[in-house]
Amino acid sequence: MVSDSENYVAANTSLTVTVTAARRNQGYWGRVWTRLLRDWGTLAAISIIALILLAAIFAPLLATHDPTQGSVLGRLKGFGYNGHILGTDETGRDLYSRLLYGSRLTLITGVLPVLLALIIGGFLGVIAGYFGGLINSLIMRVMDVLYAFPSVLLAIAITGMLGSGVTNTILALTITFVPPLVRISETVTSQTRAMDFIEVARSSGAGSFTIIRFHVLSNILAPVLIYATSLISISIILAAGLSFLGLGVTPPNAEWGLMLNNLRSAIWVNPAIAAFPGLMIFITSMSFNLMSDGLRRAMDLKL
Amino acid sequence: MTGTNANMASDPAIVETQRPLLSVENLRKHFPIKGGLFGRTQAVVQAVDDVSFEIRKGETLGIVGESGSGKSTTARVIMHLFEADAGKVVFDGETVGRGGIAYRELCLNVQMVFQDSYSALNPRMPIGLSIAFGSMAHGVPRKEALDKAAILLSKVGLDPATFANRYSHELSGGQRQRVNIARALALKPRLILLDEAVSALDKSIEAQVLDLLLDLKGELDLTYLFISHDLNVVRYISDRVLVMYLGKVVEVGPVEDVYENPRHPYTRALLSSMPSMDPRNRTMEAPLSGDPPNPINPPSGCRFRTRCRFAETVCGKSSPALTAHSDMNARHAVACHMHDPGSGHSLASQTEAPE
Amino acid sequence: MWFFILRRILYAVPVLLGVSIIVFTLVQLSPGDVVDILIPPEAPEEVADALRKQYGLNEPVYIQYFIWLGHLLQGDLGTSIFSGQPVGGELASALLNTLKLAVPAAILGMTSGIILGSLAAFHNGTWLDRLFSAAAITGVSLPHYWVGIVLVVAFAVIWNVLPGQGMGPDGFPATWEQIRHLILPVFTMSLIPMGVVSRLVRATVLEVIGRDFVTTLHAKGLLNRRVLMHVSKNAAPAVLALMGLQFGYLLGGSVLVETVFNWPGSGNLMVLAVFRRDVPVLSATIVVLAAIFVVINIVVDILQALIDPRLRR
Repeated sequence: MVSDSENYVAANTSLTVTVTAARRNQGYWGRVWTRLLRDWGTLAAISIIALILLAAIFAPLLATHDPTQGSVLGRLKGFGYNGHILGTDETGRDLYSRLLYGSRLTLITGVLPVLLALIIGGFLGVIAGYFGGLINSLIMRVMDVLYAFPSVLLAIAITGMLGSGVTNTILALTITFVPPLVRISETVTSQTRAMDFIEVARSSGAGSFTIIRFHVLSNILAPVLIYATSLISISIILAAGLSFLGLGVTPPNAEWGLMLNNLRSAIWVNPAIAAFPGLMIFITSMSFNLMSDGLRRAMDLKL
Repeated sequence: MTGTNANMASDPAIVETQRPLLSVENLRKHFPIKGGLFGRTQAVVQAVDDVSFEIRKGETLGIVGESGSGKSTTARVIMHLFEADAGKVVFDGETVGRGGIAYRELCLNVQMVFQDSYSALNPRMPIGLSIAFGSMAHGVPRKEALDKAAILLSKVGLDPATFANRYSHELSGGQRQRVNIARALALKPRLILLDEAVSALDKSIEAQVLDLLLDLKGELDLTYLFISHDLNVVRYISDRVLVMYLGKVVEVGPVEDVYENPRHPYTRALLSSMPSMDPRNRTMEAPLSGDPPNPINPPSGCRFRTRCRFAETVCGKSSPALTAHSDMNARHAVACHMHDPGSGHSLASQTEAPE
Repeated sequence: MWFFILRRILYAVPVLLGVSIIVFTLVQLSPGDVVDILIPPEAPEEVADALRKQYGLNEPVYIQYFIWLGHLLQGDLGTSIFSGQPVGGELASALLNTLKLAVPAAILGMTSGIILGSLAAFHNGTWLDRLFSAAAITGVSLPHYWVGIVLVVAFAVIWNVLPGQGMGPDGFPATWEQIRHLILPVFTMSLIPMGVVSRLVRATVLEVIGRDFVTTLHAKGLLNRRVLMHVSKNAAPAVLALMGLQFGYLLGGSVLVETVFNWPGSGNLMVLAVFRRDVPVLSATIVVLAAIFVVINIVVDILQALIDPRLRR
């Protein structure tokens, strides 16, 4: 009996080794990484995001002037005026330094809501998708109500009612992005839930929490993460938009959307200057979009 | 097979008592279909209805039937993947559930192998870890569980050095099903439910995996519940066979007895549809016609009557009970009015005195 | 089918109730109440209390909710604190002005999106695909309010060929003067649906082209036009759903474009209400826009079900 099964092992392995010897053992994320390293466009987008992030972190070191220090005489001056690389804004503050500092609040109000919504929405979606039934109905029906508001409207409704400021902007955008993230994680979780390996895990006596941690999360991570990254660009545009309307970050803080609003009156005097904050919003959101698309390709997912 | 018999004889438990390893009593599982304006229950699929059977230690019980007959649902209810609506499952003398052995403990004794070898493995997990997961869920340290997984891999004929870190998509169907078997063995179960475990494999691979199952059974003293629609495979591997039709058991008995001398018209039709290797042994019985009726609204009385050549009024009135009749092997039972002398069916032998 | 439509409409009732609860909660959470805004802070307490009583503000919160909901259901959207006029009239004319932007912007954005997306998909991998895909990703990445400002700078400030502010004469846009005012804001607004729709159309069409039945059609030697018909029929439900959503976003999200172009639409009304702390106008605008969005979604669902019977769950 024993010798029999040993023969079996020998015969079988010699056969399979020849078939698969050429391939490396590579997990899903290993393959994603390999594909990503070959995609120079996505790498470029990621580098730009990294640069903007570094600029935000080291703004105090890189800035040439105090971003809130104005000058009555030096208002709306052009490039290079009196040591102001990009000129000055409507109260004579250094535009270059304000753009540097502005990246901080734009990134915080743009990225943080998606991150928070990913945590909250991902959690609710996984719970709804895994347990189904009444819990699912409860969570999804509440999301349907939030879905009844177009995203911009919901964000404006919240900041408009509760007042402007960084905290309320983040709160408003988080609530705006929770429903889509719940929906996507619910969908992919219930798809995963229908696979036999979940039943296999259940039949091994593992608890729901263990199964979610080991078997569900690893399978939903890629699509949910991709979806979240695609929201960052929208979030940045929306966050800056709220500040542009005067509902987001309050003066005299530097934020690109707010700067765009303040410089709006300056377009009649010095149009080139008004272009910079908008350009920065565009470059940032474009980079996040390109990164999201590249990651999607690398993770081999459908839209 | 000789190994199996030797093991059975050497097991004192079997010699002492004839207590079944698993017995299923009046198991019922209905699935409500919701719909309509307010999502109320519109209809009920009677997937498993009043099913009872036993599996003795060391034997292989085959379950056959068309798709939709409730074979897989039965296995899933035993495995507690579905909650039973009624009836009970008794494992080794202890009722599963309230007042008996806990579900987690049942998992250590009963494991299941699924048909779809790909879907049964987490695509994001190396297969070594997939095998070790069950042990880890029961508190075995990761390292130890992985070592054990390597031993199990070699036991099912896969070199652990080559395979333990592979992912399921890098394996062939036969290799994946070997992994699934190793995974099922990890908790050292006494009973394994094989739900169409070899059905999706190529014929040559299927034979290899069947032999592996037989080897493992002898070596590890296992008991199998073998579900398949392939009658040849069931005959090859099973000691006894159970025939299901639309959620009911229609016939059960020792495999040779049932195959050589089928009693239920459904079993006969099923067996006659089996392709024969011998041209002289042509199919004489009329094959089954039509699809099985919808399990949402099964026919009244005997569920097979709508496709049965011998159906009479009595068949629509009462549901025949699964009984061993006196002209049959004591372990062979059938649920058909034709074989029940007191039923009033014209073909039932009136001469036979009821006991 | 009628059953499906009825069920879909009935389902909107709890959603709309939920919407009203959310808006009412936001009103409750907003700092201060109507009376604080109406009277100066130095006014005697008795005056404030009398006014609170008049507005029903001394009632328990849930009673206030039902009173407010009752008025809403009767079509009474309240009275503007700022103008003293009924909100309904102001809102109706503002919504009409928003539609003047949203409808042409939706038509322009979605048709160009569908054309760009399907051209890119049918020429998958060529320079045309790369060009259109780049245009689409730029479209979704652009802060459209900034594009609006840039357009104003270019066309109104530098070249002075088109008006950059306001709506011009009232009424249905028929005269050249009225249409001139529409050009810049409509183009700005159409950028969002164009980018989003073309990206989805490209992905959906590529997916449908990849399916077996299209290969079969090609193999059968069917003309490209027939293939195109099959593809569009299969891609339609997903695209339609997105277009419905996008139109809703245009209505609800016109705020930014309206602010840039000083367009007297519903978004503009909403922002003004925020700064005037005109809570009745703000809450009514939000409720009505959300209700319109819900109706659009129902219509889209029904249209989808008409095209693809499998969706009639």
